[in-house]
Formats: sequence, C-alpha cells, structure tokens
Amino acid sequence: MMKSIVATIARRELNSFFDSLTAYILLIAFLGFSGFFTWIYGSDVFMRKEADLDVFFGIAKWTLFFFIPAVTMKMLAEEKKTGTLEILLTKAVNPRQLILGKYLACLMLIMIALAFTLPYYISVARIGDIDHGATLSGYLGLMLMSSAYIAIGLFASSITNNQIVAFLLALLIGIVFHFILDVISSGMRGWAGNLLSDLSVGKHFDSMSRGVIDTKDILFFAGLTLLGLFLSETFISKNK
Amino acid sequence: MDLKINGLSKHFGLQKAVDNISFEVRSGEIVGFLGPNGAGKTTTMKMLTQYLTPDHGEIWYGNRRSTENTDIRRDIGYLPEHNPLYEEMPVLDYLNFCAALQGVPPSEIPARIREMVRKCGLDDEKHKKIGELSKGYRQRVGLAHALIHNPKVLILDEPTTGLDPNQIVEIRELIKELGREKTVILSTHILSEVEATCDRILIINKGQIVADGTVGNLRRQTESRQIIRVRIEGPSQDNIYQALRQLPGVTMVDLVNREDQRYEVQSSSEEALNRQVFRLCVQNNWVLLEMTPTETKLEDIFRDLTIK
Repeated sequence: MMKSIVATIARRELNSFFDSLTAYILLIAFLGFSGFFTWIYGSDVFMRKEADLDVFFGIAKWTLFFFIPAVTMKMLAEEKKTGTLEILLTKAVNPRQLILGKYLACLMLIMIALAFTLPYYISVARIGDIDHGATLSGYLGLMLMSSAYIAIGLFASSITNNQIVAFLLALLIGIVFHFILDVISSGMRGWAGNLLSDLSVGKHFDSMSRGVIDTKDILFFAGLTLLGLFLSETFISKNK
Repeated sequence: MDLKINGLSKHFGLQKAVDNISFEVRSGEIVGFLGPNGAGKTTTMKMLTQYLTPDHGEIWYGNRRSTENTDIRRDIGYLPEHNPLYEEMPVLDYLNFCAALQGVPPSEIPARIREMVRKCGLDDEKHKKIGELSKGYRQRVGLAHALIHNPKVLILDEPTTGLDPNQIVEIRELIKELGREKTVILSTHILSEVEATCDRILIINKGQIVADGTVGNLRRQTESRQIIRVRIEGPSQDNIYQALRQLPGVTMVDLVNREDQRYEVQSSSEEALNRQVFRLCVQNNWVLLEMTPTETKLEDIFRDLTIK
C-alpha cells in the first residue's frame, strides 16, 4: 500500500511537470546549454581533441545546480500555500509517502533530461575511443548529485510557503556544498580542511566524473539525500 | 460509524482554540457545528480528520482510537474550508488521483468516478481543468473527492459557501440523502442551513460547546420568551402601543409598520400572550385583524448563547 501511494503521488507530479510547461522549459534549457557548450562554444569536444564527455559533465554540474531548485521550489511550498497539503494529509497519505513521491518525480524528470543527452555519448563514442567506464561513472555522479540537490530543494520548500524563498534558500544551501566549501578548504590545512573538503559536493562529483567510483562518494550523496528528505518530513509533520 | 469525542483540547501558542470538548455522533445522524467565526469549529474538524493532533483528549471512530491510526482516514471524507484543489488538473484526473490515494481498488475506480460525476452534477464540466470552474462547480468537485471512496464519516467545513440559492438547495438535498446512512458533521454559520439539514446542533463558542440538541430542544430551552405579531385597528395608535406595553410580563413592543398597524410583542409572562392581547382588544373594543405567534428564531438562541 505504501508503495502504491508513493507511486500515485509521483505519477501526478510527473504529469503536472509535463502539463505545465516546466518539464519542456527545463529540458530545452538543459539540452540547449549543455549542447551549446559541449559541441559549439569554447573548449568544446572538438577543441579538446579528446573523446570524452568531461566538458558536458562540467556544464551539467552547473546547469543542474540552478535548475533543480527551480523544479523543487513549488513542491511543498505551493501545497502549503493553496491548502492542498491538507487534502493530501487527511487522505491515507503520510508525510513520508508524500515527500518520497515528490522526490521520485523530480528525480525522474532529471533522469529524463539526462537520457536526452545520451546522443552526446553515442556521438563521441563514434568519433573516437571513449572511456565507457568513466562516462558511466560521470552519469552516475550527475544522478547522485541531482538526488542530493532535490532533497535539499524539498527541504527548502518544506519550511516556507513562498516559492521564491524556497528557490533562493535551496540555491544558498546548494552553493555552500557546491562550491564554497571547496574554496574555504583549499586555504586550510589539517583535519579541518579535510573535513570541509569531504563535505563538498564539487569534490565528490569531480572525482566521479573522472571515472573513480568510491564508496565514500556514493555514501556522501546518499547521506545528503536522506538528510534532506528526513528534514523535509520533519518540517511537514511538525505543524500538526 | 459512530464517533465519540472525549475531552478534546487544542492550543495554538497561548490561545485555546478548542477547550475540552466532548460529544458523540451516531451513524445516520447529521450534526451541525454552529458558532461565530473563530469559535473552534474548523480546528475541531481538523482534529477529527487527523490533520491536527489534539493536545489532549481522545477521538474514537467506532472502536478504533484515532492516534496515528492513519487507516481511519479511509473511512473519512473531508471537505476543508476554502476547498483547496489542484487548479491545473482536469476534474476526472483529480477524482482518479483521490480515489487511488484512498485505496479504491483500480477496477472499481471508473464506476465510482461515474457515480460521483452523476451525483454531484459534474457531467458538463468533467473534462475541464479545475481552475476553469466556477465556485459552485469547484464546491461540487470538493464534495465529489470527499465522497469518492464511499466513506462512512463525512466532515464538511462550510459546504455551501459561495453557492447560489439553487445550488445550495441541491447540495443540502445531497447531504440529507447521504446522512441517511453515513455519519455527517457539517459546520456553517448560516442558521437556516442547520435548520434545513441537521438532526442535531452543536453550538460552539470560544472553544467550548454551549449547546447540544435538536433544533426543537434548543427552542424549548429558550421558550420562556414568547413573541407574537399582531395587527390591531383602533382609534389611536399611541393608546394601543401604551396598552400593549402595560400588559403584565411584556418586555418589548415594536411598531413594525405604522400604516399596517402591525406590532411585534415580546413577553416573558407565564400566561399566554395571545390570550392577554385578545382580552385587551375586547375590553377596548379594538379590532384584532391578525395575530401570528412567532417561534423563537434560531438566530436569537444563537445570539443568546454566543454573546455572553
């Protein structure tokens, strides 16, 4: 029963992405940005003269960083604002099922976006001798990173009923993990520097996009995801 | 399914929203929650539907106690105040979604949706998005999703707000029909609505129940007061007015309409007021054109109980 409720909620959310323009705008913008920089502009695949998708992973890391909060911002904030949260939680739905459903819907949307970039992979593989392992690991990294940011986005959306606040808060939390921890830790030595650098999404993602799958990286992203989801659940259950 | 509420309380900060409320509702009974704004009606309903957790007290659904037993919600249909809905969803998709969440078996969902569309009169609008519907139709969608899983208990927070008079009558008929087999609790501040639909009234004020009974019962409680409307023809209106005032027990005389010579007389006397008025007219040789006893209005009972 638990599974079917989560699936029902996830399906509704995914449909609503495609019924509104959200999904199409996200897909077009994501493919546009990443395609442009991967194939056409700057140090693109042809300039580098190397058959890999490093450029794409570098761009996708940033585009997803901005796009995910835009997808997650309304997930809970809007339900709270319009009162539909009350409808859901007075039916046989508990906060955990609700949040899992929403999380899965967002993750599915990102996976659809990533699936559309598979032609990049196929093209590069036909041009040169691509490292299949590293590419796969890069995609896995993107998915894990997205999962963590979705959870952070849901958390931001769970504590407010204002979508803009949710968006900005998600970006703010995101930027710390994405980038600021890296910057700070690079100037520090010893255990503190190591700790901060271990908490950096950037560092974990970069190592995965180079083709190194370390359990530490996977645990890090999984932990961040669980923490985000757990906090969202706590905040949604709190005001009862 | 019978409902039993025992010593229910809920605070928001320092404010007591609901203060030690107890009552019972039996299956097949329609109970109206009546009270001024902010009396605690909505908070009570939100606790009954498990949206809010009570600070103290128990809620029993049949023999199941409502403490995080979320299965109970499958037996409850709830129409919240303001009727929030997913604006961007088409009516049919929305009903399908609600039915799936409430655990209606997939094979039965289409039949249930057809029945709800028919019962709630949504046939012409069923393919539209909810956001495009008028307020009356939105309210019907709200009722339809509350009923989709055929719940045993129905909790409706102001079900007829925003409807036009025809729609109000239709919705009331629907509620009455449902009330024959289900346990229905509805809140309203429209008094005639309670009289028209409910078997029993609970008047709530400042978080407490101040009256509990049928409309008739409540009337009898406040029946120490008699009100009649009379039309008396006589030479001088002032004399009539003064004479009426001087009847024993009369507390108020109101000249309602000068041309019609229509008065409203209120009395708290033991003796029947209509007899007194009749004798007065005979003594003075006035013509009694009309005399109508007026029942104590529900409005008056309500005012009495909630303004103190």
